[in-house]
Amino acid sequence: MGCNKKALVALIGSVLMIGTSQVLADPSAKAMADTCAGCHGTNGQSAGPASPNLAGMSASYFIDSMTAFKNLEKGAEQGEDARPATIMNRIAKGYSDEQIEAMGEHFAAMPVYKANVPHDAAKAKAGAEVYDQACAKCHDEGGALPDDDAGILAGQWLPWLQYSMVDFQSGHREMPKKMKKQVEKLSDDEIEAVLNYFASQK
Amino acid sequence: MTNFTRRKFLQVTGGAVAVSSLGFPAIVGAASKKVVIVGGGVGGATAAKYIRMADSSIDVTLIEPNTEYYTCFMSNEVLSGHRTMESIKVAYDGLKGHGVTVVHDTVTAIDPDGKKVTTNGGQTFAYDRCIVAPGISFADNIEGYDDAAMTAMPHAWKAGEQTVLLRKQLEAMPDGGVVAIAAPPNPFRCPPGPYERACQIAMYLQAKKPKSKLMIFDAKDKFSKMGLFTQAFDRYYKDTIEWVGASNGGQITRVDAANSTIYAGDTAHKVDVANVIPAQKAGAIAIKAGLTSDGGWCPIDGRTFESTLHKGIHVVGDASVAAPLPKSGYAANSEAKTCAAAVVELLNGREPGDPSLVNTCYSVVGPDDAISVAMVYNLTDGKLGKVEGSGGLTSADSSPEMRAREVQYAYSWFENIKKDSWG
Repeated sequence: MGCNKKALVALIGSVLMIGTSQVLADPSAKAMADTCAGCHGTNGQSAGPASPNLAGMSASYFIDSMTAFKNLEKGAEQGEDARPATIMNRIAKGYSDEQIEAMGEHFAAMPVYKANVPHDAAKAKAGAEVYDQACAKCHDEGGALPDDDAGILAGQWLPWLQYSMVDFQSGHREMPKKMKKQVEKLSDDEIEAVLNYFASQK
Repeated sequence: MTNFTRRKFLQVTGGAVAVSSLGFPAIVGAASKKVVIVGGGVGGATAAKYIRMADSSIDVTLIEPNTEYYTCFMSNEVLSGHRTMESIKVAYDGLKGHGVTVVHDTVTAIDPDGKKVTTNGGQTFAYDRCIVAPGISFADNIEGYDDAAMTAMPHAWKAGEQTVLLRKQLEAMPDGGVVAIAAPPNPFRCPPGPYERACQIAMYLQAKKPKSKLMIFDAKDKFSKMGLFTQAFDRYYKDTIEWVGASNGGQITRVDAANSTIYAGDTAHKVDVANVIPAQKAGAIAIKAGLTSDGGWCPIDGRTFESTLHKGIHVVGDASVAAPLPKSGYAANSEAKTCAAAVVELLNGREPGDPSLVNTCYSVVGPDDAISVAMVYNLTDGKLGKVEGSGGLTSADSSPEMRAREVQYAYSWFENIKKDSWG
């Protein structure tokens, strides 16, 4: 009986403390988003070679990504709810869901940024056809349309596109059913070509 | 296919307002908004840029002795021959493009009451807010480590000339030689730095001078990312690197530069190349201006980075007491943004908002292997603190694929932090 009461008091105490610290720390979206620039560039415009641009991606996509990173930390199985990460899982858990939403709105308000990405021109040319057949339906305008909620692939850093595809194909990162159907039909060369196509978009 | 919107045009030109405000006099009747920034390293440069981006009516002058700046971070790769000096060099044109007045001179005095800064060249700069980001200076904890010794046994803990010196010594060393790194006591600039340096130099030795050895003499018994670095030492450099902790005679107390000998107490170690990294404190001007407390570093307010010893003066970067943030490049950049935002609010008669900070430190420890530590911080009960449950280290059992990605992300961090701070 005594044990339960102590536990109850401790629980109430910890809930109150959590509530207090959440009220005290309320940085603006800009204050939080500006810290990302160290790796993702000023205003989400990455200088590469691998960390992705964030500028202009839809809030929805940003929130999904950050939530998937947080879920990885919580031990969710990679694939459905969680996304593989080297470091973003450790960083994402530093923010509440509300803070992630605020940062998502912040980056979504920026114009889409397409970097000048080193790529293979011949592969990119071949990739245009692959794009039309397999990707255009969901990754409109060469992968530059935020409203697709499918990430910004246009002018995106090639190594990052490649890592993402490795994770998709291994099943560690979940592909939407429609995407899986298309990707499974493509050869390694075709995938490499279309990634170069996306990277080359201006 | 370009869809050149007006928004994009403004973005490209850095904002029409910022460009047109260059050289224009202050609006008559408006409150004076002058910021003087002492030091053009990561902290100073980032503060200058972010103030100008937020409010181009604020006059920003940055005073830095060097016309070009060499980043300490990634300089370890210059030591191993994996990177050129050119790649770690940054110029000040970017800041000028944001409308920052860049003055190449050395600040000799800061007058907190008169609110002005004086330079070696005899110039005086009045300020409404002053931001001091002077980096580090060295403490006298190693007997015999004078100016002459600094050339014979380079610290290379301020990049540039010292980096080149140390690299040349490594190149000149015969195969079978001994390199020693004397790692400093806490707190110091770049906690993982000496250990990444050991990995980088060891890579060079194994490739070019395989009979050589590298000894780390440490003033400490524990160090940043110790588990991960030890894993790298065992995995890649078992026959090359030996780490000696303080408790086992690792603390270097004296050097005899003329005889290439370093001493741990009475024990002499004659080596071929000695990289001596002394204990540290805040940069000289911070000490001179009365901004430091007994420990040798500058106490500040966590929300604004304003000095608790002199109002109107802010301190960011290595020189500040910003624990639990480490003294790192990323932290200096993050602190500078917090400070810049606060200064903009204060100069406009508004209350500064809550800060949010991040640190990420990458170390390239092997050919396709990098490790990292990350953390998110905010203000808890008025003090800087880690956001509970956030951050952490690279996992010891992360796959080779992921470690290889971390190398590319380390390089991405490097390219972005340079551009974000000075570009």
